Amino acid sequence: MGMDSTLAVQLLIQGVLLGGVYGLIAIGLSLIFGVMGIINFAHGQMMVMGMYISYWIFVLLGIDPYISLVAVAAAIFILGWLIQYTVVNRILDYPEAMQVLPLVSIGLILENAALMLWGPDHRSPQTALGLDSMWVGPIMVDTSRLIAFVLAIIITFLIFIFLKKSNLGKCIRAASDNRTGAVLVGIDVDRIYNMSFAIGAATTGAAGCLLVPLLPISPHIGHDFTLTAFIVVILGGMGNLLGALVGGVILGVAE
Amino acid sequence: MLNVRDINVFYGDMQALRGISLEVKKGEVVSVIGSNGAGKSTLLRAISGILRARNGTISFNDRNITNAHSAGIVAAGISHVPEGRQVFPNMTVKENLEMGAQFPHMKKAATATIEEVYSFFPRLKERLGQNAGTLSGGEQQMLAMGRGLMSLPQLMMLDEPSLGLAPLLVSTIFEIIEKINQLGTSILLIEQNVFQSLKISHRGYVLENGTIALSGTGEALLENPHIRKTYLGL
Repeated sequence: MGMDSTLAVQLLIQGVLLGGVYGLIAIGLSLIFGVMGIINFAHGQMMVMGMYISYWIFVLLGIDPYISLVAVAAAIFILGWLIQYTVVNRILDYPEAMQVLPLVSIGLILENAALMLWGPDHRSPQTALGLDSMWVGPIMVDTSRLIAFVLAIIITFLIFIFLKKSNLGKCIRAASDNRTGAVLVGIDVDRIYNMSFAIGAATTGAAGCLLVPLLPISPHIGHDFTLTAFIVVILGGMGNLLGALVGGVILGVAE
Repeated sequence: MLNVRDINVFYGDMQALRGISLEVKKGEVVSVIGSNGAGKSTLLRAISGILRARNGTISFNDRNITNAHSAGIVAAGISHVPEGRQVFPNMTVKENLEMGAQFPHMKKAATATIEEVYSFFPRLKERLGQNAGTLSGGEQQMLAMGRGLMSLPQLMMLDEPSLGLAPLLVSTIFEIIEKINQLGTSILLIEQNVFQSLKISHRGYVLENGTIALSGTGEALLENPHIRKTYLGL
């Protein structure tokens, strides 16, 4: 294998690995859209919140982002639940153009909260595996990218199982498929909406943890990721979760 | 069992129901007939809590359920098989049925109830792993009724179950409604197929412009000259 093709394969693999994480971010956005028809314009900012929580847990307690992932996902789950409960449930029946502003505003509030609390500096924690890499034949792979990819795939898989098999997951699918039908069988659709938004948020929070070792954190990277997630979801089809994963990989490679 | 007293229902400023009173007794099949836009579906939506009644009362087994939460009304024993079926298209037939059993006592009985549903609608059993969106209109109607039975209703409200179905299937659906009734479930039926529905009904109400214009036993209504002329074209 020549030098050029080795480099090409290496870039391709790096792209695919990062794309898995993009996919995970986008799955949250896609789930929220699929269930409620709402585009979460604060999605990237929620992810940044997850990154900061993960960062501080690492700096203050020395716990690696891969370990704190569950706690961070839980924290962003609660954040998502509160946002849905206080704001999003009130705007569901509004025209789409009017749903944009409240969510963009939430994004701005989160971004500026991060700015106030932690300043504008870029922060890159030196996690245990942060700069490790390994060689697979002539190809070099960043260990943290590989772990991020594997965990992203596992979480995606767990979400699929949850939606397919669990009772709550089935109720979420039912509410997404046909709201009237769901109300009439006695599903508490408002509760399902809260849960869906919270799960979508938790997913992006978890993705944030996976990115902590990979790129510097600052309050302003949030909207880039909102855009990334949005592009991925468009690539994969709105509301199509598997499509989001594929779209993530495509975008990862294209970058 | 079901007692509707003087309810008024509005869509925004437009009044859809004006002082409607109606009753379904235990074991009865009751039809509400009327032309498009007379307010038939609105009546069912108000009973099942999707629409609010501005005033008047709805009670079920002597409990006031006026403007209660839809889930509470399902739990109380009323199931609403809506117009247009409203099945879950991307879920399988079996999952659709399972979704009909939302509360603990329904879930406990679910396996047995599903078998009962299959005995009414053998077609559903053949298609249990198929997505509901791929079913024919008639099969979706069967599925919507089957899903409605999963909540072990004491009263089943059916909104236009024969709409858009082939004539042979229409007769089948009406036979099954009678069968469900004979097994102890009361039925409140809304239909444009006036002849078939009055034939299987103990009593009926005629809804015109949001008010009850006529009521009586199924037989009496079938012989009423106004109904014969306006709804049966005889």
